[in-house]
Amino acid sequence: MFELVKLVPLLPLIGFLIIGLFGSKIKNEKIIGSLGSLTVLSSFFILCYLLVKFLGSETSGPVLIPVYDWINVGNLNIGFSYQVDQLSLLFGLIITGVGSLIHIYSMGYMHGDKSYFRFFAYLNLFIFMMLNLVLADNFVLTFLGWEGVGLCSYLLIGFWYDKKFDGVRITWTGDAANKAFIVNRIGDFGFLVGMFLVFITFGSLSYTEVNSMAAGGYIGYYNTSIMTAISLVFFLGCTGKSAQLPLAVWLPDAMAGPTPVSALIHAATMVTAGIFLIARNSVIFALAPTTMTIILVVGIITAFTAASVGLVQNDFKKVLAYSTVSQLGFMFAALGAGAFTAGVFHVMTHAFFKGLLFLGAGSVIHAMSDEQNIKLMGGLKKYMPKTYFTFLIATLAIAGIPFFSGFFSKDEILYSVFVNNGILPWAILAISALFTAFYMFRLLYLVFHGEERFNHSKFHPHESPSTMTIPLIILAVLSAIGGFLGVPEALGSWISEHPNILHNYLAPIFSNANKVLTTHNDIVHHSHLFEIVLMIVSVCIALIGIYFARKFYYLDKDWKTPRKLVSSSPGIYKMLLNKYKIDEFYFTFIVDPIVLASRNFFWKVLDIKIIDGIINGTANTTAIFAQSLKKLQTGIVQNYAVLMALGIVIILGAFILF
Amino acid sequence: MTELLIITLFLPLLGALLLLFFNKSNVSALKNFSLGISLLSFIGTIILLLNFNTASPDFQFYINIPWIPQIDAGFRIGLDGISILLVALTTFLTPIMILSSFSAIEKREKEYYFFVLLLEFAMIGVFIALDLILFYVFWELILIPMYFIIGIWGGKDKFYATVKFFIFTVVGSLFMLAAIVWVGVYVGSNVLNLASGFTVNYLAIYDALQASPIPMDIQKWIFIAFALAFCIKVPLFPLHTWLPDAHTEAPTPGSVILAGVLLKMGTYGLIRFNLDLFPQASVYYSSVIGILAVIGIIYGAILAMVQTDIKRLVAYSSVSHMGFIVLGIFSVTSMGLQGAVIQMVNHGLSTGMLFLCVGMLYERRHTREISEFGGIAKVMPVFTVFFSLAMLASVGLPGLNGFVGEYLTLIGSFTSPIYNSWAYTIISTTGVIFAAVYLLWMFQRVMYGQNTNPANHNLKDLNKREIGMLVPIVILILWIGLYPNSFLKVSEASTNKTVQNVMMHKSTNNYSIQLNK
Repeated sequence: MFELVKLVPLLPLIGFLIIGLFGSKIKNEKIIGSLGSLTVLSSFFILCYLLVKFLGSETSGPVLIPVYDWINVGNLNIGFSYQVDQLSLLFGLIITGVGSLIHIYSMGYMHGDKSYFRFFAYLNLFIFMMLNLVLADNFVLTFLGWEGVGLCSYLLIGFWYDKKFDGVRITWTGDAANKAFIVNRIGDFGFLVGMFLVFITFGSLSYTEVNSMAAGGYIGYYNTSIMTAISLVFFLGCTGKSAQLPLAVWLPDAMAGPTPVSALIHAATMVTAGIFLIARNSVIFALAPTTMTIILVVGIITAFTAASVGLVQNDFKKVLAYSTVSQLGFMFAALGAGAFTAGVFHVMTHAFFKGLLFLGAGSVIHAMSDEQNIKLMGGLKKYMPKTYFTFLIATLAIAGIPFFSGFFSKDEILYSVFVNNGILPWAILAISALFTAFYMFRLLYLVFHGEERFNHSKFHPHESPSTMTIPLIILAVLSAIGGFLGVPEALGSWISEHPNILHNYLAPIFSNANKVLTTHNDIVHHSHLFEIVLMIVSVCIALIGIYFARKFYYLDKDWKTPRKLVSSSPGIYKMLLNKYKIDEFYFTFIVDPIVLASRNFFWKVLDIKIIDGIINGTANTTAIFAQSLKKLQTGIVQNYAVLMALGIVIILGAFILF
Repeated sequence: MTELLIITLFLPLLGALLLLFFNKSNVSALKNFSLGISLLSFIGTIILLLNFNTASPDFQFYINIPWIPQIDAGFRIGLDGISILLVALTTFLTPIMILSSFSAIEKREKEYYFFVLLLEFAMIGVFIALDLILFYVFWELILIPMYFIIGIWGGKDKFYATVKFFIFTVVGSLFMLAAIVWVGVYVGSNVLNLASGFTVNYLAIYDALQASPIPMDIQKWIFIAFALAFCIKVPLFPLHTWLPDAHTEAPTPGSVILAGVLLKMGTYGLIRFNLDLFPQASVYYSSVIGILAVIGIIYGAILAMVQTDIKRLVAYSSVSHMGFIVLGIFSVTSMGLQGAVIQMVNHGLSTGMLFLCVGMLYERRHTREISEFGGIAKVMPVFTVFFSLAMLASVGLPGLNGFVGEYLTLIGSFTSPIYNSWAYTIISTTGVIFAAVYLLWMFQRVMYGQNTNPANHNLKDLNKREIGMLVPIVILILWIGLYPNSFLKVSEASTNKTVQNVMMHKSTNNYSIQLNK
């Protein structure tokens, strides 16, 4: 029965092969687009069926479905095999669900593009790779997916390869694509070393074996330092793929790709791979308290930094990109606090509302003939009501307004961080949430409300076709109600004893990790009242953010207050506008020195002058030596006779003397 | 089947000789004949592969014909799991190389195809010779056709490049010859007490050295003499400087065969002679060679990063990639060695393909300067697909061939009791970052962006012949990437035997020294 899971990645792969190989011959957009969307949609329905069967079955443990042996050498046995359990099903459903909506949306968005077929081929390949990432039953297959999605991201960021794109040392979209791939490779280095460490420690690379060894009866058997090492290098991998500091720099530039790509890959699915990896190996991370603290700190700093940069950006997609980095920071903060379920919960709600925000952005950019500067928009509400209304719902969700989806997941994170790590981390996250509410409503007001600041003769905004608006509406519904899967006890105790459906569902996945954590920490039990108070505080914070956004950008047409703020503290403004100059820092202190040293020392001096110099020098010395010896061969017999006589004299002399 | 091995070996030589009777103005006959001969050789190899018993670690299809009885030299050939893969790689790449020559070589075709077939004969010989003198003859024979291929059909600095290539290799092989003589005398007189007092029979030497290894103080020198010859060929840092010059000046098919097959003779020799015959010295020197391999991985990569000529870039990337192979070999683990063997095949395929792609650009534009290109993807979409596949295989993307080899050599060296340090692997793994950097930067500058150089506006996309020579490589790249077991299985028994042999002698180091006093 669970054998059906083999079809789940296979269908998008078939889609990729057909579209990739024959797309240029098929040409018909409708056939290509429907084929691409249908394969993903079918995978979604198969996963739904599997979920029902899985929940109906007796077992709560993972079901392993081998497909074939991939690499077998000595005691290294890596299978192409899948693991069906709560976590992989949930991620699979998000990927194929949101994925098929974005495929359908793309049919409208990419209409008329000369490389239409290439786009859908890449999208299907992406879904295939992403499904391998989450369905894998071992690290190496996940790594195949991990690198595969990176490749698709690379191909899709640079999709319009002859288009210019502005960024630090970036002129073409292809440069942004390179940056994404290369920065991710730094993370992949961590992933690779992590796998080597896992193999040498556990003698296996299968998730179920490694995790049961790490947890079952072995707690305390493996020393903490090896667990810390393993979890830290894997976390390095996560900072790459999930755009956390110090490797967050690639994601904002990844916006060079078509907007559906930003929605699917760079918001809803691929960037959450890091959260998946940690959730998948929660036991190992739970056994390494140092790593957990580092994850928490990195998550919080990233959430704050990115949110602050988001305050001043004027590019529609850049705002959303920094928002994504910030929200991913929230998810990592949750994981670092040991609230694995909360992290995964936010992955899900974020997929809904951030996917929706990007698709909304795409709808606007589509309508505005590729204009992305929000200062040049305004008043679009009346031209595109469906886009506006859905965008509003997503904005309410991300801001954390009760009872939209983001409210539940974000509050669970804030609450867990407060309970486990105290008030300071909570406060920083709360301020980031305030920033989030502010920049999102700033965006909303600048784009959809107020004066129409665009050039009417040039732009004729219009509502998008239904292939684009229907996905928007479906995602809006999910963004609105999706949070009810994770109703906290404090609010839902009147419904049932355990109202948090997601918690109950994921409990088997995290039970081992939670066991480890409870043996390590003393859990402080807080009353429901306390939780509700915290909730009210964070709602107030969101409202304050919205209030200021409204005051600055909606009630005041001339934006006097923000302008005054900018002129009164230009330093801070510049710093935020320039994204803390992190890119410049990396170029000046890492990239340039390496390139300069390689070119001016290793190549031009060490390789050419020293190594080759020694070798050519030896050859030349031999030649010179031979040249001078050559002169002895004069060909004149008298000379030889003199030399011979001289030789005899020397030899005889030597005999006589010694 | 033994006959088939002999036929596969001599077919290219016969072809080369027959070619001499051709009319040199009938170019298409020359081309088709050479292609046909090389294809027949390939078919021969396939049949051999199908009849190869993968369960056995021993040499198969073995034949021993006396040749120079005074020194016990014989025509001894045979295949084990390692050599059969390399012979297959050779006979697979040769027809592709010949196909690419159709357009790359435009003068003195008769001599050219003669040398190509002679080269194939010698290359197969190197991988199947089980006699030290025979091996040496094939090893040196390679130099002659290669010398002329670069020297006659090469670029503008071809003289410097050929002489450099020649001298490097000859210097290395002279030491090897001296070592062969020493081993021959030692085994012939001291161990086996033969009437001739000398033997170069590989299998006899292998067995003899099992029981009575060469005393360690001398074995070290013998090891170095062999290793020097092989490491120059690989090339291992700092013996690599001949390679970028040779590659840059060689015509495209020359580069393909140089990177694809000739470099593997070095790594093959390291396994066949250094590991198998001198296990104690191998253990002794493993850290030195391992460190040089690690340096080579990083060094080759950062030099590739700053090249302006695409071919030179790929040449330096070879230094980096071959480093992984050497690292895997001297890890002396089954994973490391299996990874090294599959990586030899992989490197032949992906780097060979990169050189083919660069050659296709060169034939259209007569330049290889990166700055001359830009936006090629627009005018050559089919080429873009192939070039990007070659690039990604080289980067080591999972699902393509390069990943399997790199991963195995890295995990092998990580778990190696010989290296006994994580540093080798961790430093080498940073090579995967640099590989992405130099290849992606190059690809971006050549293929993407706007096509602004007027010379590039009307470039023709690939023709059927060009697609025809790339498709077989792509099939293998995907095959090895997705189902490497069909290849790993072939070499498994042989690499295990090598690992066990070294590991057994590792513990008897002191014993052997006492025994020979």
